Amino acid sequence: MGIAQIVRDVKSGAIMAADLLEQKLATISEREPEIHAFNHVMVDHARAAAAAVDAAVARGDDPGPLAGVTVALKDNMCTRGVPTTCSSKIHEGWKPPYDGTVVATLRATGAVAVGKTNLDEFAMGSSTENSAFGPTRNPLDTSRVPGGSSGGSAASVAAGFADFALGSDTGGSIRQPASLCGVVGVKPTYGYVSRYGLVAFASSLDQIGPFTTSVEDAALVLDVIGGHDPLDSTSIPQEHPSLVAALGGGVEGLRIGRITDLPAGADPDVQERLDAAFDALRAAGATIVDVQVPAFGYGLTAYYLIAPAEASSNLARYDGVRYGLRVEAADTNAMYGATREAGFGDEVKRRIMLGTYALSAGYYDAYYGKALKVRRLIHDDFDRAYQKADVLLTPASPSVAFQFGSKGDNPLAMYLCDTYTIPTNLAGHPAMSVPYGTGQFGLPVGVQVLAGTLQEPTMFRVAAALERSITESSALQGSPA
Amino acid sequence: MSAYDGLPGDWELVVGLEVHVELATETKMFSASPNRFGDEPNTNIDPVTLGLPGALPVLNERAVELAMRVGLALNCTIQPCTFHRKNYFYPDMPKAYQVSQYDQPLNIDGHLDLPGGRRIGIERAHMEEDAGKSTHVGGTGGRVHGADHSLLDLNRAGVPLVEIVGRPDIRSAEEARLYVNELRAILVAIGASDAKMEEGSLRVDANVSVRKPGEPLGTRCEIKNVNSVRSMGRAIEYEARRQIDLLESGDKVRQETRHWDETDGRTHTLRVKEDADDYRYFLEPDLVPVAPSHEWIQRVHASMPPLPAARRDHLAVTTGQGADSEAVMSVVERGQDHYVLAVGHLGGDSARALVYVKEAFADLGPDPTVPAIDIAGLTKLEVSGAITATQAKAILAEIIANGGGDASVIAAAKGFETLDTSALESVVDQAIADQPDAWAKFCSGDGKAMGAIVGAVMKATQGKADGKIVTALLNRKKS
Amino acid sequence: MSDRISAAAVAKVAKLARLDVTDEELGRMTVQLDGMLEHFADIDALDLATVEPMTQPYPLVNVLRPDVVRPCLDREEVLAAAPAAEDGRFRVPPIIGLDL
Repeated sequence: MGIAQIVRDVKSGAIMAADLLEQKLATISEREPEIHAFNHVMVDHARAAAAAVDAAVARGDDPGPLAGVTVALKDNMCTRGVPTTCSSKIHEGWKPPYDGTVVATLRATGAVAVGKTNLDEFAMGSSTENSAFGPTRNPLDTSRVPGGSSGGSAASVAAGFADFALGSDTGGSIRQPASLCGVVGVKPTYGYVSRYGLVAFASSLDQIGPFTTSVEDAALVLDVIGGHDPLDSTSIPQEHPSLVAALGGGVEGLRIGRITDLPAGADPDVQERLDAAFDALRAAGATIVDVQVPAFGYGLTAYYLIAPAEASSNLARYDGVRYGLRVEAADTNAMYGATREAGFGDEVKRRIMLGTYALSAGYYDAYYGKALKVRRLIHDDFDRAYQKADVLLTPASPSVAFQFGSKGDNPLAMYLCDTYTIPTNLAGHPAMSVPYGTGQFGLPVGVQVLAGTLQEPTMFRVAAALERSITESSALQGSPA
Repeated sequence: MSAYDGLPGDWELVVGLEVHVELATETKMFSASPNRFGDEPNTNIDPVTLGLPGALPVLNERAVELAMRVGLALNCTIQPCTFHRKNYFYPDMPKAYQVSQYDQPLNIDGHLDLPGGRRIGIERAHMEEDAGKSTHVGGTGGRVHGADHSLLDLNRAGVPLVEIVGRPDIRSAEEARLYVNELRAILVAIGASDAKMEEGSLRVDANVSVRKPGEPLGTRCEIKNVNSVRSMGRAIEYEARRQIDLLESGDKVRQETRHWDETDGRTHTLRVKEDADDYRYFLEPDLVPVAPSHEWIQRVHASMPPLPAARRDHLAVTTGQGADSEAVMSVVERGQDHYVLAVGHLGGDSARALVYVKEAFADLGPDPTVPAIDIAGLTKLEVSGAITATQAKAILAEIIANGGGDASVIAAAKGFETLDTSALESVVDQAIADQPDAWAKFCSGDGKAMGAIVGAVMKATQGKADGKIVTALLNRKKS
Repeated sequence: MSDRISAAAVAKVAKLARLDVTDEELGRMTVQLDGMLEHFADIDALDLATVEPMTQPYPLVNVLRPDVVRPCLDREEVLAAAPAAEDGRFRVPPIIGLDL
């Protein structure tokens, strides 16, 4: 059942929010031990929230545009009085004394938060294997990863634990797991959704976005959580047009860009689905145009210098003084070193080291400074491409969901999972992954729709057209020969 | 440029001052908890102040405007500016980075003119956030060394600061004192800060070096922990002599940060520059640039009150005193110049009012409640000659003690004066009329004849008339 | 190993970042960081002389907040979450080698 239908039914009193929640909790108790999508299931909070929605309906009050809709929150979003761990030992047990803006918005609009979802520690990773509390399994094949870093959020939607989930995307952390779990995942324009209360990984790249089972649900959620927040200086100070309203637009006359110099690396089954997507859009009336984004391939380097640099500073606050873990030592400086060594996992330490190095005296110009210039090149290349095309299509992930441990000890192998998603974050643009059939092993493949700054309405028109085409083709395949 | 008199040989002292000023805003630089001194520890805290995960900074508009005022008052160019993160670990710095301005500060290239005319260059005046306060427990004298542990109060963390970086144009400890005093007067006048060194809302670090005149700048040391203008002067003088002793005995000055110890009157090594931190400055991604428009700058400029130098000039011209005279300097410093001018507007004598206010208003603050009209009356009475300067002083004390009062009435009560001049004139006229012979003799040049008339006036006034005034009246009537 | 970064440099970075890494970690990190820097050398081929750095994805200026007090966090709640507190303050071990 789509979110719009749930809200209509809850508001009309046809169904109780409490009943919907109990169904979700039953599904969670059945499959969560196997999946481990959550760091914390908020049973009491969720029941209280559902009861409040039902009470509002009974009183005749408007319970809000997400009345009774269940949501899973990535565990890097601050929830007042509810543990927020970032899947890190250094954070363990910390209960924020405040709600992040999106969390407050969800509370105020009648959504029912069911839990905090697992992630790669501090959102650094592409498989959710880097969690201090153990990995999340892909609900479609539990021998495989759900992707990451928002793996718990993607898995919770794919497993039916919640009607939608929120994740954060710094280099692909929403789109890649959405692709691997067969759900819709959106990274909006930088500044579209407030970051206040999102534990920062890389401040100039992080964006919150939804995981949903349909394009319409994603549009609906973004219509609620998008918009200006005076508590976030980088929040875009304007109203956004309704994305739900844009869905029916169709793609006739739209120019869909194929990046001819896209870095190689996508598996053949993924490439096949991408080609099918181009064909479907052409059939729906769009024009396919060839574009170049020459700097696309340098995104990985720019990203793995910029993101760790910002992260090294953002994570310096974990010093054992005001909250979180402390390892006692004879003096404060020794306490810092011992606490941070014990509290951070390998990947986080590696990125703190890399980022500290990239910013340090004598290396700034060679690494961080240069990466900022490459970022500009990528941004400008996209600008030129968007003069020729309204949206671009690429794979969201080079492959379908892979098996645990398959990336081995080489961090770079894991980093390559983000090849197609990273440039979007560097440019600050929106992009989304739309499930587009299956590849190897019958596992889902997502097609990524990319658009220019604040071009979400066009991006959603294309995503909706893709969704329609895949629904029609599976209906076709399902019909008797 | 002249060698500092107090230095041995022909050494020249070179001082550049870095002054941190807490801005007088209601809230912090980047969050909405109160900016207030003296509250219970850790009560003025919010997610941003604590550096909580997920918290984001938003710049305080008032802090920017006050920083612009500082820039305008110091004749700086105001330019588009950005914020950087200065990364270092210290327990009173909650995020482990300080948000500060680095290569694009708000205010650059200004100057401050000392009373007496010397111009000191201002390199920049940039915005940044303050740190919290540490208390060291279990050591000696609250020092960090030997402490058992430390306690942190983050009320001050995130308080908006302007750091005013002066050029090394100061040539004596006395000039350094003049500079800080003048800067303080400016900051208070424009409402940017209460600038209290004892509360730490104005903090001075002194970069001190010595050289032979005409030679390049010597190696400098940065002196910290000077908590009053007086100790800053002492610290500079001590440090100059220490460096000269080193150089004259063939040693070198080592570039370092030194701590002024008020108790032993010396500076001590705090940190050697070679192991200076690597701050890894980079643009703060959670904030956006500030680009003050011409209109915004004009609006701030228009809202600025007159600066102390201009007020001293005005007061000097009105009262006929020197602009750097002690009376003018101190009355303007106390913000009581408008009071002196008000006395003048009410018909009082400004020059006398300046003296009264300078002498007797030290504790009355910038807005004395004593009615200016009463002071005007007192000056008139004194200038008319009805009372003496000594009597005026006594009356002034009474006016202040009572929060006001009519000078003539107090004079009468004290027996200083019984009659005003017009009343006295009629008594004099009566005495003339009663003794026409004496008057005729007096008018024809017999000075002694005046005695009889004066005697009659004294008898009629029971001796309370001022003989000098009676004489003046008689002389006037004769001509 | 391409020798883009030495173990000594990695140790210095660990000190700056306040990570008490073990010798084993230091060795492993040196190899890994070296491998990454080797990969990241791809951008050395680009001519970036005239390219302006890009720091903000969405350019905004003058984002300001009115100077109005809002409610503070509760001290007891905040200090209860701290590793150590005393007299209404956060407690830390002696501050050595960091004196300012």
